[in-house]
Amino acid sequence: MNKIFEAKDINLAGINSSLLEVNIGPQHPSTHGVFRMNAVLDGEVIVSLKPVMGYLHRNHEQIAENMSYAASMPYTDRLDYFNSMSNNLGYALSVEKLAGLEVPERAEYIRVIMAELTRLINHIAVIGFLLNDLGAFFTPVLYAFREREKILDIFEEISGSRMMCNYLRFGGVKRDLSPAILERIRGVVTAFPRFLEEFETLLTKNEILCMRCQNVGVLSPELAVNASITGPLLRASGVNYDIRKVDGYSVYPRFQFKVPLGPKGDVYDRYYVRILEMRESLKILDQALSTIPAGEIMSKKMIPFLKSPRNFKPPVGEAYARVEAPKGELGFYVVSDGTPQPWRYHVRAPSFINLTILEDMCLGQKVADAIIILGSVDIVLGEVDR
Amino acid sequence: MALAPNTSQVDDGLKNELAKKGIVVTTMNQLYNWGRRSSIWPMQFGLACCAIEMIATACARYDIARFGAELFRPSPRQADLMIVAGTVTKKMAPQVVRLYNQMAEPKYVITMGACSIAGGPFIDGYNVLRGIDRYIPVDVHLPGCPPRPEALLYGLMELQKKIDGQQIETAEWYQQGLKREYPIPEFGPHGLIPKFNPEVWQPRENDLRKERYGQPIMIGKKSKAPNLDVVAVAAAPRPAAPAPTPPPTPGIA
Repeated sequence: MNKIFEAKDINLAGINSSLLEVNIGPQHPSTHGVFRMNAVLDGEVIVSLKPVMGYLHRNHEQIAENMSYAASMPYTDRLDYFNSMSNNLGYALSVEKLAGLEVPERAEYIRVIMAELTRLINHIAVIGFLLNDLGAFFTPVLYAFREREKILDIFEEISGSRMMCNYLRFGGVKRDLSPAILERIRGVVTAFPRFLEEFETLLTKNEILCMRCQNVGVLSPELAVNASITGPLLRASGVNYDIRKVDGYSVYPRFQFKVPLGPKGDVYDRYYVRILEMRESLKILDQALSTIPAGEIMSKKMIPFLKSPRNFKPPVGEAYARVEAPKGELGFYVVSDGTPQPWRYHVRAPSFINLTILEDMCLGQKVADAIIILGSVDIVLGEVDR
Repeated sequence: MALAPNTSQVDDGLKNELAKKGIVVTTMNQLYNWGRRSSIWPMQFGLACCAIEMIATACARYDIARFGAELFRPSPRQADLMIVAGTVTKKMAPQVVRLYNQMAEPKYVITMGACSIAGGPFIDGYNVLRGIDRYIPVDVHLPGCPPRPEALLYGLMELQKKIDGQQIETAEWYQQGLKREYPIPEFGPHGLIPKFNPEVWQPRENDLRKERYGQPIMIGKKSKAPNLDVVAVAAAPRPAAPAPTPPPTPGIA
């Protein structure tokens, strides 16, 4: 943040002052990865801010177009590496739509449970990092990661990996959940509200948090809709749009949950909407765990392709499926030409599109506020640059 | 790795006798290395997925502070260790080398994860560097995708063993007038220029990848786009067929 490389002289109402260009990133503790911002400052106020992306462009789409459909499932884990299960779900849904596959009911329930667990992971980690940006160095992250580890233990037990789960398959899931694991998930779900209350006691009415976050980085609902912002960022601005409700994919229509909305659309609302969303996720988890049916976990049509995924050839056509990932609308667009490899594979990454609005939110704010606004947008560079 | 040789002339019996009185006889090397190994400050520098596991290592459950390496410094000037955690792309590689050059001696590098070792799963990507060891010397390679936090701790312990084996008299970072800086690659029309730094890395004569895994499966260039219009017509709901005329009810007409 302290690299000053150019200063332009301007004359403002007879006072000689100069704009200052500041380069933040790509190696900077608050940019959440290798993101770079070119900020132009007038004193401490941001006059212009240009995001520079591409430092983590690792050719996800090109690689996926050169391999079989099932082989790019593990690559979707690495898109948004906080919540691999949601990414798997989006990709699985799009290929299932393309090939016209039915998913057994138990598998749908397992998918919903996993997607909601990842939402918990993502939101606690985001709030922890947001407070890191606010200056509470690392302590909230310690609380957040303590809870995250408990959920990661479950993921490790069912999929064999902590972060990169690669658990979903087209037409189902890889392994069944044993009653013991379901009991452990239930244990996490019942213990989680206590943690949330502890977290909220420390933060929600904290004076410093309120003063730093309220009325900072306000995003109007009109602008949010026009810029196709999705996820908690949109709902914090008061727009009632949740793809779990709108699209009703998987078995979400069967569960009772509310969509929390924010009144203003500032950083505080985004923080609080995430807290409320976690509570709603817990409600969904509670219902899913109590009503999960017994039965198959894999579509019969897809069982032969588990051993030989290269023989899986969806018919010619295109499909776009979207899920409400913790960061927003995550969509996968797949075009098949009848061969084992997709002809076109595109990812609609929520954090990339949410990032386009960054300059509008930061204009007129202080530099220190730009950092927390970026933190509240919740980006993951693996998904932004793909 | 062996410890730095104990060159003190004091015999063991006397040493033990002195130790009972609270006097420790050691060598300068061992004392110096003990200090360095117990306070490795890593750089707070995450590139991709592995950075999250790096943060998890620093958190309460794995607690890298037990090894004296909990102080993540955002500035390369204050760091001893660079953990290259994640995929190094061709756009990012010059910055990584620049950060390495900015670190103060003695400096160490751990490559965390398959990506920074050799490209990992993204090795076929056009924008992915096949290993950061092409430009900077690496002390510990840590495989995994991503490596577990325990693996990072193990890598740190391996680095501590390496530090234990170094001697002030011979270590290159202790020589006078040393300036260990490596040329920063530039982004050219076909990737990075130069492709590697011959000082630290040489390409192998035989292609190990081909030797171990056979010829890569070439899909061949697809040139014909699928005709989606035909499919769309086939899939579209057909114009409603005229409703089957009900059989004439006998008796009325």
